[in-house]
Amino acid sequence: MTQFLQTLLDGVTVGCLYALIALGYTMVYGILKFINFAHSDVLALGVWMSITIAGWMGMGAAGQPTPPWYMGLLVLVGTMGFCGVVGFVIERVAYKPLRKAPRLNVLITAIGVSLLLQNVGQQKFAFGPYPKSFPSLMESSSLFTVAGVQVRASDVAVVGTAIALMAALQFLIFRTKLGAAMRAVSFNTRNASLMGINVDRVISFTFVVGTMLAAAAGFLYGLKYEGQAKQTADSMWVMLGLKAFVAAVVGGIGNVRGAVLGGLLIGLIEFFGVAYLSSQYRDAYVFAILIMVLLFKPEGVLGRATVEKV
Amino acid sequence: MSAMNLIARTAALLMVGFGLASLGCEKPSGGTGGGGATKSGETGTPGSPKEDGDAGQIVIGHYASLTGSEATFGISTDNGIKMAVEERNKAGGVKGRQVKLVTLDNQGKPQETQTVVTRLIEQNEVVAVLGEVASSRSLAGAPICQRKGVPMISPSSTNPDVTAVGDMISRVCFIDPFQGLVGAKFARENLNLSKGATLYNRAQAYSSGLNTNFKEAFTKMGGQIVSEQAYSDGDNDFSAQLTAIREQGPEFIYVPGYYTEVVNIARQARKLGITVPLIGGDGWDSEELKNAGDALNNCYFSNHYSHEDTRTEVQEFVKKYQEQYGKVPDGLAALGYDAARLLFDAMERAPSMSGKDLASAINSTQNFAGVTGAISIDENRNANKSAVILEVVNGQPKYKATVKP
Repeated sequence: MTQFLQTLLDGVTVGCLYALIALGYTMVYGILKFINFAHSDVLALGVWMSITIAGWMGMGAAGQPTPPWYMGLLVLVGTMGFCGVVGFVIERVAYKPLRKAPRLNVLITAIGVSLLLQNVGQQKFAFGPYPKSFPSLMESSSLFTVAGVQVRASDVAVVGTAIALMAALQFLIFRTKLGAAMRAVSFNTRNASLMGINVDRVISFTFVVGTMLAAAAGFLYGLKYEGQAKQTADSMWVMLGLKAFVAAVVGGIGNVRGAVLGGLLIGLIEFFGVAYLSSQYRDAYVFAILIMVLLFKPEGVLGRATVEKV
Repeated sequence: MSAMNLIARTAALLMVGFGLASLGCEKPSGGTGGGGATKSGETGTPGSPKEDGDAGQIVIGHYASLTGSEATFGISTDNGIKMAVEERNKAGGVKGRQVKLVTLDNQGKPQETQTVVTRLIEQNEVVAVLGEVASSRSLAGAPICQRKGVPMISPSSTNPDVTAVGDMISRVCFIDPFQGLVGAKFARENLNLSKGATLYNRAQAYSSGLNTNFKEAFTKMGGQIVSEQAYSDGDNDFSAQLTAIREQGPEFIYVPGYYTEVVNIARQARKLGITVPLIGGDGWDSEELKNAGDALNNCYFSNHYSHEDTRTEVQEFVKKYQEQYGKVPDGLAALGYDAARLLFDAMERAPSMSGKDLASAINSTQNFAGVTGAISIDENRNANKSAVILEVVNGQPKYKATVKP
């Protein structure tokens, strides 16, 4: 029973991370109809930017006491801000000029952007080619124990922040004018522009929001795994991005609620598979689910039945 | 017009990407300039320059993970080799010729390894190759050396399959069946434990091989493995495996992984309330273990040497290394140093610098006095040596015991 609950907790925590990353894929797809291959690299950028900002603020040096919680929040805001700017620049420089080009061109450009981010990030003037420790921003011991389940402070922070961000996104999309414009552009770009919506601005905004969510996921990732963060060109970031992409597809690509559901689903399947079946096939569980979904319900669990896709 | 423009831009962007990708690859080191084997005074000979006369330098190659997740492996080994080369050159070189070292970075990737090993042989025209630490990458480089007839000495790959590739491939360290036995013996006899679990990287030949060897030895000694869990390259979350292990209540966990993984595993295990010792192999050997803080206290790993060893060879080596690089040499630096010195010794004995002569000279090495102990290359081209057990104390390895073969 203890094992079941602990696995449940871990699966939900990691599922929340997948969901945050999947949201970026799904939002960009919903509005631009292309897969942003550079998304996993923005995630890695988020991790490394958090390390850098925390370093500037003098946190995480060996032997220092754990900083108060709001310092971590400052790092989060700083990282999201920085990556938002990077996302804006990427969209403006790499994708906007291709707005009317065939979709394949944009796809190839995304791969180019991905390589650029990976390899610039690995240079000495950026983050360097070695793994680095994520500073301890929280108490590393467990917060409390329920029925033998260790609830760590980082888990609470990850799930709490993820829920807050998803609630904010929900509000943005369904309760604000900008959100209405996003939905309109997603529904029909030309008609939206005829209705006086500045399509370019909406696309740019959507892209920045998706990037900021990936940056937040990067920060939370570092918070959870405060051991060694791998260099930006490591294949682990691509794998992480791929799993989140699977989550987006499983939930129904282009559907915001589907991405959240897909993220949680993938996280739980992965963790229960490892804990109860065999740890040999960790990634296989995830991709087996993808194959099943593509075979039997290719539009994803929540599919396109919902009209409000962004 | 505009379509052309777009294609051009896309292409440019991709090229920037690939250009930067290749930026990180090359890192020739050692004394005189880049360029490798093209030396003055050899212009007339179209054949292989390595065999002609005794005029020019002898070029040897080293491929290593100078960057990436196991970067300290490559850097330490390269430091050791560089030190050996400098010493030798100061003492007059090999057969009166100076030795030049070309080191290429494989970024810790097997695919990249094949590229750089081919480059060392084809472009730099090296007479012998040193490398790698990680067995998976040695296994990527060895077939190329075997096919091209260039001797390769692995300083510290412990998986038995590495030297099984062929008669060109040898090593100066012990192999994993022995290392697994050492770990099992220590857990069973010194720590008096009987219930263990293992957690290994199924994507690395080193880790999965050592896991099997340990398991076999431990069960033979009457121990019991209650849980066997795996992960893969790039996994960073071990909580599901650790939770499954915790459920079985083992007295220790055998973790035959590399240091970056071990640091993360240790931290996550402690967060899950697992307090039993972790035991591992020489893949732990890195100054980066300090990143685990106190999570690795009361944990042990088997290794090739201890810098606390009181033998004069060791103490001289440690002192010199510290003067040159400002830090205590780990086992990989010592093995790099030994591998290079053993190669020079074989070069002196070999009738010529051809691959065949050199390989048979290396393979007939007996009782070579190395920093990591006396090295004799056996019929399977492995070295028979004793191992030490080190205890991690606040991220620093401390000598605990020696186990003889």
